Amino acid sequence: MEQLGFYILAFVAIISSLFMITRENPVHSALWMLLTFFAVAGIFVQLNAEFIAAVQVLVYAGAILVLYLFVVMLLNPKSKGFIRIPFRYALGIVAAFVVFTQILITLQSANVIGKSGPYTAEVLEKYGNVKVFGYELFNNYLVPFEVVSVMLLVAMIGAIVLAKKD
Amino acid sequence: MTLQHYLALSAIIFTIGMTGVLVRRNLIVMFMSVELMLNAVNINLAAFSKFLNALSGQVFIVFIMAVAAAEAAVGLALIITLFKNKPTVNADELNTMKG
Repeated sequence: MEQLGFYILAFVAIISSLFMITRENPVHSALWMLLTFFAVAGIFVQLNAEFIAAVQVLVYAGAILVLYLFVVMLLNPKSKGFIRIPFRYALGIVAAFVVFTQILITLQSANVIGKSGPYTAEVLEKYGNVKVFGYELFNNYLVPFEVVSVMLLVAMIGAIVLAKKD
Repeated sequence: MTLQHYLALSAIIFTIGMTGVLVRRNLIVMFMSVELMLNAVNINLAAFSKFLNALSGQVFIVFIMAVAAAEAAVGLALIITLFKNKPTVNADELNTMKG
């Protein structure tokens, strides 16, 4: 059952991301990207990361995607997404294939080595994913968390400065 | 499901995103492909987090999501500014700073 779920989610994610990069219309690309995000959220649920799955749907599918759709509809760009030079296509696809093969060769020997942590599936089930996650975040990663909040503030100010009318 | 399954899925999605950045010339779709690559990295982190029984990977996913949100906001603001100066989002036509 778990295997079937994984294969369905992986299939949906791969097919929708392939459609995403091949659609001419950016709005269609954005909607296919939405499907990819939902499939990846399902993968996160399989990996015992329920909180991350919820954040994925909220932040990616909710906020970032709407931002992209706003910009696409605001600009209404006329230019075609593809450039009609087969050489470009071939070069891009060959480069991507080479990288993929390199990753797969590395994966042949990939394994989990390293000290196993205390958060087994039983612990997560006993206390709940969100509680354990919050404990880990606010005890061991408090300073990075605060730095991220400053970074979001900087990004917000930067976006306002860049996009405002002058 | 072994670790390799998740790593292979992440590699496939990362490669698709990379292909998107390389072959598309629409700036907005190129940004979307970057988001796809970040998502593939997130799958990697979640998989290692599960198979090592640690939560550091999930914490870093949240940080990556914050960076992705910031990147999308600033990048799209840059695209809007570019579009005001020259009404196109084709990366090949935006070459006015090239000498």
